Amino acid sequence: MRYFLASKGFWLVLGAPLYYVLYQIGQVLWVRPGALGPDPAQALVTLLGEIALWMLILVLSVTPLRKVFQLLRLHGQRRAMGIACFGYALLHWLAYAALLLEWQWATLGDDLLKRPYISVGFLAGLILLAMAATSNDWSTRRLSRRWRQLHRWGYLAAALVILHVFWIARSNFFEIVIYALIVAGLLVVRWPWFIQKIKMIKDV
Amino acid sequence: MKTQPTKLTEAAVTPEAVYLNRRQYLKASALGLGAAAFSGASQAADDGQLSDPAPLWMKTQLNESTASPFSTNEALTPYEYVTGYNNFYEFGTDKSDPEKYGQGFEPHPWSVMVSGAAEKTGTFDLEDVLKGLSVEERIYRLRCVEAWSMVIPWLGVPLSSILARYRPLSRAKYVVFETVYRPEQMPGQRAFFNAIDYPYIEVLRIDEAMHPLTLMAVGVYGRSLPNQNGAPLRLVVPWKYGFKSIKSIQKISFVEQRPKTTWERANPREYGFFANVNPKVSHPRWSQAEERRLPGSLFSANRIPTKMFNGYANEVASLYQGLDLSVYY
Repeated sequence: MRYFLASKGFWLVLGAPLYYVLYQIGQVLWVRPGALGPDPAQALVTLLGEIALWMLILVLSVTPLRKVFQLLRLHGQRRAMGIACFGYALLHWLAYAALLLEWQWATLGDDLLKRPYISVGFLAGLILLAMAATSNDWSTRRLSRRWRQLHRWGYLAAALVILHVFWIARSNFFEIVIYALIVAGLLVVRWPWFIQKIKMIKDV
Repeated sequence: MKTQPTKLTEAAVTPEAVYLNRRQYLKASALGLGAAAFSGASQAADDGQLSDPAPLWMKTQLNESTASPFSTNEALTPYEYVTGYNNFYEFGTDKSDPEKYGQGFEPHPWSVMVSGAAEKTGTFDLEDVLKGLSVEERIYRLRCVEAWSMVIPWLGVPLSSILARYRPLSRAKYVVFETVYRPEQMPGQRAFFNAIDYPYIEVLRIDEAMHPLTLMAVGVYGRSLPNQNGAPLRLVVPWKYGFKSIKSIQKISFVEQRPKTTWERANPREYGFFANVNPKVSHPRWSQAEERRLPGSLFSANRIPTKMFNGYANEVASLYQGLDLSVYY
């Protein structure tokens, strides 16, 4: 297990959703044009956004798993998970800008300013970008304490992503409530008193 | 003379092919060409009718449909998408759910309850509701509030011709429509968590209901309505967002004071009573200035500008004279 997590295999796992997305695109282009339905651009944007959200949940669960269950092995892969999460968020945005809006800059700006769900999603993306850009040994050393501060913004990004998903929903609120509960749970278990409580229970 | 496909395999006979062939066949017949050359097409049409589960009286009525001057000549959205990409929350909230989970629904026999401010009220068999009315084929644009649109060949009768049968009284100001409530056949109605309340309710002002464009549809693409499209009876109000076109209607009521519609109750700021297609009034969460005409491809979403009243302004703008459409959206 330890070996697997430290290996390239783990990257392959993080890439699995991407292979699925590429498979779907291949289907649409060469096998069955209707594979993603009549609105394939929209379907692809949604799919990539969902994958980015799963990755976010994955990366947010590393620390609680470590603290609560002493599951140390995943911790070394946190950087890979974070970068993968940003990668899917970037693809999500690219698909929206290129396929859905066809690079109409005016509409893009309009959306950003007038549609709150787009604004918060974009803001979350910027935070992820800053975190991904500093996810290397050099930046960690260079920024030292400020690195920790910067990467705490990730919690805000998670909250913004949930808001983003809530604001776009028209019908599937149930699914989003589940996502929100998971993310809220992952943030709450970081609370110092919560960790204290767990430690106390374990000590007894 | 053009040659016609004479060897259609069973698999090739999609309802769409049947429909298109039948139209060609009818057109050719009208031109006085020999029907023999089109035997393949008429054979295909027969096959399609055999697979249509509607009762005989309905199929007969559908077969005698006539073309309507209200039809657009824009490219049709393929049958696959018209019947496979639907918002019909009674069968689930995913676009593919209605086709998947609508198959257990039984639209026949069907009756319609008419009540309220009308001379003739009661419960009527669907056959009697439609008896003697001539079915028209109307190719309408359908604009969803979610900023996508389709072009759909409906079969139906003007709603006014149905309503007139029950002789609404002059004090009837609104017409209320209600979708059937059958949780045992509609999984969405028995879901644990619902975005909207059931039964689904829609309301039209009486002048909107009596407008010649307002259609009570009983079929699509040359056949009866599939369950996912609102079998056996649904409204089509082409200048309003799709959610006004209520499906599987079982109750019609003439009233003086209007109740709130389902979407109005769920979120009045986002879904107004009128819900007229209007590129200038944004949905609070997205723009309505453009729409994606389906099907789009991966590299071209097929975005087109949305037209006032969905392109039916000449016919319906007068209904809303003096009304501030940014307030009454």
